[in-house]
Amino acid sequence: MEKFVWLIPAFPLIGVLINLFFGRWTGKKAHWIACLAVLGSFIVSLMVFSRVMQGETLNYDYFNWIWVGSFHANAGVLIDPLSALMLIVVTGVSFLIHVYSIGYMHDDPGYPRFFLYLNLFVFSMVSLVLANNFLLLYVFWEAVGLCSYLLIGFWFQKKSASDAGKKAFIVNRIGDFGFGLGIMMIFVVFGSIQFTEVFGMASGASVACLTAITLLLLLGAMGKSAQIPLYVWLPDAMEGPTPVSALIHAATMVTAGVYMIARCHVLFNLAPLTQNVIIWMGMLTAFFAATIALVQKDIKRVLAYSTISQLGYMFVGVGLGAYTAGIFHLATHAFFKALLFLGAGSVMHAMANETDMWKMGGLSKIMKYTSWTFLIACLAIAGIPPFAGFFSKEEILGAAWSAHRYEIYALGILTALMTAFYMFRVYFLTFKGTPRYNVHSHHAHESPWVMTFPLMVLAVFSVIAGWVGIGTHGGSWIHQFLNPVFTLPGSEHMAEAGHSGSEQLLLMGIAIAAALAGIGLAWQIYLKDIKQSDRMAAQFSGLHKVLTNKYYVDEFYDAVFVTPIKNISIALWRGFDAVVIDGTVNGIGWFVSIIGQLLRYFQSGYVRTYTTMFVIGVIAVLGFYLTR
Amino acid sequence: MPNSLGNFPILSVLTFLPALGALAFLAVPRNRESFFRQGAFAVSLLNFLISLLLLKGFIPSSAEMQFVEWRQWIPGLGASYHLGLDGITLFLVLLTTLISMIAILSSFSAINKKVKEYYISLLFLETGMIGVFLSLDMLLFYFFWEAMLIPMYFLIGIWGHERRIYAAVKFILYTMAGSAFMLVGILVMYFYHYHLTGAFSFDLLSWNTMELPFKLQFWLFLAFFVAFAIKVPLFPFHTWLPDAHVEAPTAGSVILAGVLLKMGTYGLLRFCIPLFPVATLQLLPYVCTLALIGIIYGGLVAMVQPDMKKLVAYSSVAHLGYVVLGLFVLNPQGMVGGLLQMVNHGLSTGALFLMVGMLYERRHTRLIEDFGGIAKVMPAYFAFFLIVTLSSIGLPMLNGFVGEFNIILGAFSYSVLYGVIANFGIIIAAVYMLWMFQRVMFGEVTREENKILKDLNLREYLVLIPLVILMFWIGIYPKPFISRMEPSINKIISRCQAGTTVDCQIPSGISMELNK
Repeated sequence: MEKFVWLIPAFPLIGVLINLFFGRWTGKKAHWIACLAVLGSFIVSLMVFSRVMQGETLNYDYFNWIWVGSFHANAGVLIDPLSALMLIVVTGVSFLIHVYSIGYMHDDPGYPRFFLYLNLFVFSMVSLVLANNFLLLYVFWEAVGLCSYLLIGFWFQKKSASDAGKKAFIVNRIGDFGFGLGIMMIFVVFGSIQFTEVFGMASGASVACLTAITLLLLLGAMGKSAQIPLYVWLPDAMEGPTPVSALIHAATMVTAGVYMIARCHVLFNLAPLTQNVIIWMGMLTAFFAATIALVQKDIKRVLAYSTISQLGYMFVGVGLGAYTAGIFHLATHAFFKALLFLGAGSVMHAMANETDMWKMGGLSKIMKYTSWTFLIACLAIAGIPPFAGFFSKEEILGAAWSAHRYEIYALGILTALMTAFYMFRVYFLTFKGTPRYNVHSHHAHESPWVMTFPLMVLAVFSVIAGWVGIGTHGGSWIHQFLNPVFTLPGSEHMAEAGHSGSEQLLLMGIAIAAALAGIGLAWQIYLKDIKQSDRMAAQFSGLHKVLTNKYYVDEFYDAVFVTPIKNISIALWRGFDAVVIDGTVNGIGWFVSIIGQLLRYFQSGYVRTYTTMFVIGVIAVLGFYLTR
Repeated sequence: MPNSLGNFPILSVLTFLPALGALAFLAVPRNRESFFRQGAFAVSLLNFLISLLLLKGFIPSSAEMQFVEWRQWIPGLGASYHLGLDGITLFLVLLTTLISMIAILSSFSAINKKVKEYYISLLFLETGMIGVFLSLDMLLFYFFWEAMLIPMYFLIGIWGHERRIYAAVKFILYTMAGSAFMLVGILVMYFYHYHLTGAFSFDLLSWNTMELPFKLQFWLFLAFFVAFAIKVPLFPFHTWLPDAHVEAPTAGSVILAGVLLKMGTYGLLRFCIPLFPVATLQLLPYVCTLALIGIIYGGLVAMVQPDMKKLVAYSSVAHLGYVVLGLFVLNPQGMVGGLLQMVNHGLSTGALFLMVGMLYERRHTRLIEDFGGIAKVMPAYFAFFLIVTLSSIGLPMLNGFVGEFNIILGAFSYSVLYGVIANFGIIIAAVYMLWMFQRVMFGEVTREENKILKDLNLREYLVLIPLVILMFWIGIYPKPFISRMEPSINKIISRCQAGTTVDCQIPSGISMELNK
């Protein structure tokens, strides 16, 4: 396999280089290069996937990258069912979003630049998935962060966009601060950073040590996958073009944290404290993000908080040790969340970039494809069978139940109810009811086929992707496929032991009931009588205000971190640097020149001065000896 | 003395070719300005090409001095003309010839007064810098060390900006104050050598074999250390640097950041650590503390600078804090990282000053607030500035990452606390660089003057492209660099271990045994 695996990152990289050096000529045809490059990666990924299906794996180093003393970092790839599945999802969704962008970005003056950045992202993301050691993973972890920075700030003339890009980069650097230290600690403890070697030695290390390592790695995952307390960058990231939100900030990059934990499951399994932290962090993130999503007016903001919330579910899954469930939800979420964002993009395309849902309504009559596919995605995320989200979410909640984490299960169900509610709130406000925009000034229209075609493909997968999880626990295809990864020596199946048939049916019933309740509530408030929403907002005005303002977390960070650090820096500069150090330096200079001034009087050149001094000297010396 | 390039005295040629060129310039009438530009560039280009021969002849696996030249100079004093090059100086010399050439090329349109004197100064400066790196005789070293100051003083004082005299005087006084300590140190070493062996010698290689009592090591370390710490500059000796950078012309800043600052870290690595290993081990925590303060302090102060050059100057304080930290944790990762980071900083910060200079030439201002939206007006400039910025904040696949990661890894292996504090620097670096980048590059074009700025011209491309290629090269495939540095670094480490009973390789801090 090593003969062709490298093509997966190579294709998009070539795309980057062509559009970088020949962008002037490719211009409006830049998408051909970009789309073909990603299509190439997708095809090679399929080849890899079929080989993996036959039981092949690969751990191959292409060249020595950084070798200093005993520290060895190579450039190599690791192919196993986990990375093969990720590759398919990443390259497949990427290709569809590339195609969609042809229509969406059509009139943008930065057209070739956009495809250049997108290709750069695909290159970085597939390399991240392929990496066979911690440092290489970190390298592309930062590289996808860079692409995210560039694409969020793609419309850089807008201050809010460049602010959001910078915020994303810096918050991610805070996470990477931990990730980097984690890698260093792994090297100090194990003497290697190669995945297979480290995992092989993992059981020899002390629990305290493994807990420290995993918590540091987790900090990186928190940043990249937007978990509490580092989630603040993701809502702002919606400043980027919508295909970017779909690709990077929903389907692929933000799931890298989940992937990393699943990849390092051997270490996390041996650190129960960290696992507990992950479960709670994920659950609270899922819950609080969902509460914020309830009241947002901007369609992309709702989807952003929804993404944070769904990522929280994935963390709950991997935290419980149900890695297959976490990765399963990652995959299904990639399809339906990409679909939701692209659908929202299609609406914005039709509505002259309007994102306020209160200025939409009734669009289903005009945008048939968009509204139908959007509805499918809503059903998928809400967890209605047989749509994809039902199966994967059910696995995570089932894992919580069988691990006897009933508090987590209850919160999960509550969050699922809110999820169904806010998603159908979006659906009803946007596509149903009567139009709340000026029908005469807006010429709303269905998007061109390059945009609706990817919607339809994603809609198909939003239905069928969940079916790989059908079967009693442990018996379904996805479990069969991923089991070889997660049952390596040292990892145990903690929470994935099956529960009885009747219990399973009961759990499914509860989940479906919660989803239906959420949908019904949304129907009641936002479709049947839309005035009701205002009344409710007025009734709970305090809570509504807190939620609309996202719990004031940004304001809190500003007051506690940003402003003080800036003030300290100014004080150091104006106070310490200019006054203390330069004051001392200039003081020494001043002192020397004063001494010089004084000494000058003794060299006046006048004989009478010298005579006077001579006489004084003689008297002093004589006086000294005489008075002794 | 024969070497792998036959009998060609390559080190002498490298050192004195620029000075010879400068002397030849003296005979040319001063009104032939384009002659001086092209002539200086030709000399520096030739010197750069000759320095590439070093790569061909250099034996990567050897830790010894190569291409050695030795002649009697002042036999009565025990001073000789002794040049040599090893894995530590190989890339520093290459960096010097490259940066000098680029600095000359970047001045073509910026310098229009006293052109003759300008290029003569630059060429003499190149001779001084290469001489410092290659000298193995302490008297010769000191000669070059001081000689280098004069052209730099003129560069700032004559071709600088508004407060150039203040900055030039500050620069020279600071450095001279340090040099005075070093001179005392050199003389003490010289006489102590006589005391031990009965022979007068300024030769570094024979000094390296001396066993000094701890107390003497301690004081001598401090004497050398002050001189080098000022040059680096290490916190709190850094306040000359922002002034010098802001007032110097672009080429001056480029050479200052690119090469001159490395004289300090080079001195620490070449003299302080191997000559006084026991003192090094004793004083190591204090040096590392200053370095760590520099990393955080330099970054924080850089964050609030309104002037781009000042911002980059303070970022240099932080970057060189990393270098010193890496050198003083005395393990291969840290020291190789430190040495590599010297080269990296020369490339990245040199490029940053070049790019700030390009904007200055167009707009005659360096204030961040005078810009905004430049990405729209100058797209090629934007692309280069982006790469250079990312290189400076240590983004993987670019050069800065390889150096910084190894330094922090080395620091972390030595002491967890050092590693953690140093790691904060990478967050701060992202903050100050990206904030500056945003304010200069992004947003709407608010000033009328900025709307008509011309994008890079051919000469500017030529100036930047070699630097960017090297940034990617070191970032993606650093092996050719690291493998040549490592043997010489290992030699210094083993000298430290041999010079004392204290084992400096044990990772302190938390000791985590593999088996509970």
